[in-house]
Amino acid sequence: MPEQQTGRERLRQALTRPVSRGQVTAAVLLAIVGFASVVQVQSQDRDANFAGARQQDLIQLLDSLNLASERAENEIADLEEARSSLRNDADSSNAALQEAREQAAALSILAGTVPAVGPGIVAEVRAPAGRVGIDQLLNGLEELRDAGAEAIEINNTVRVVAQTSLTDGEAGVVVDGQQLSPPYTIEAVGEPNTLAQALDFTGGFIDEVEGEAIGGQVRVEQREAVEISTVREPNEPEYAEPTEQE
Amino acid sequence: MIAALGLLLGIVVGLLLQPDVPLGLEPYLPIAVVAALDAVFGALRAFLDGIFDDKVFVVSFISNVLIAALIVYLGDKLGVGGQLATGVIVVLGIRIFSNVAAIRRHLFHA
Repeated sequence: MPEQQTGRERLRQALTRPVSRGQVTAAVLLAIVGFASVVQVQSQDRDANFAGARQQDLIQLLDSLNLASERAENEIADLEEARSSLRNDADSSNAALQEAREQAAALSILAGTVPAVGPGIVAEVRAPAGRVGIDQLLNGLEELRDAGAEAIEINNTVRVVAQTSLTDGEAGVVVDGQQLSPPYTIEAVGEPNTLAQALDFTGGFIDEVEGEAIGGQVRVEQREAVEISTVREPNEPEYAEPTEQE
Repeated sequence: MIAALGLLLGIVVGLLLQPDVPLGLEPYLPIAVVAALDAVFGALRAFLDGIFDDKVFVVSFISNVLIAALIVYLGDKLGVGGQLATGVIVVLGIRIFSNVAAIRRHLFHA
């Protein structure tokens, strides 16, 4: 073999040359390397991370895990606290909302902005034309209110509320600017017995209307359900403002 | 030719058998493999230089593996196993790179 052989030539020769001792040795050692690397790679794949780890590393790992779990537990406690406080908040705001809704319902019935239904009376007032005026009607309404009427309606057209005005008109009374003509039907929601009695006492509404001066007729009917369907537009107070209450 | 076949045979046997690494050897096997790779590349370089000797190859192979494992074992006993293993890997890596550079010059003249 000439001395000035290049590396390439030697490699080519080695690939084509028949078996020599050096080649067998190299083959054996290379087989060992191949085997060992494959085994190592596979064991690395198989048992995640910890099997080959050193004791020190494992202890460090354990410490950091402990710290992490401690931190996580603290966080859980914080979050639970936040959750319970939020829940309390939600409960109290729900209660406030409920209360506000009930108040709004009560107020809107009083203000006449929603239809209402409930037990009550229907009073039908018949009288010769022009005899029953605002004096009598006002008395009757006041007595009904005294007896705790919660919603009042006249002739299915006018809802009687705090701001309602009554004036005498040509063909009857004018309630809230609406001309009403007899017969008048007064519907009131409240305790039926009390309402009926409020109209019917000596010197009261019925007494007055049916008296000789007017000669009318009042028919009071107590009902399980009186339906009051007329509503009023709520008017924004222009001058009055609520004062702050402590 | 036979050498390349030997490498292939080792890989195939490893894939087929899928043996478990003994627990005691587990920390040393990766280092040993890198050390053996160093010996293999050194042998290839020597072969291309025309100074390959199979006895030298066997001795360097075995001593490389043993010394690498020994250093790591010693490091484990001294409590600096991780650092020493890193050091051994770095040194062997540098040697592998320089060997591969020489092989490259031989094969590609570059």
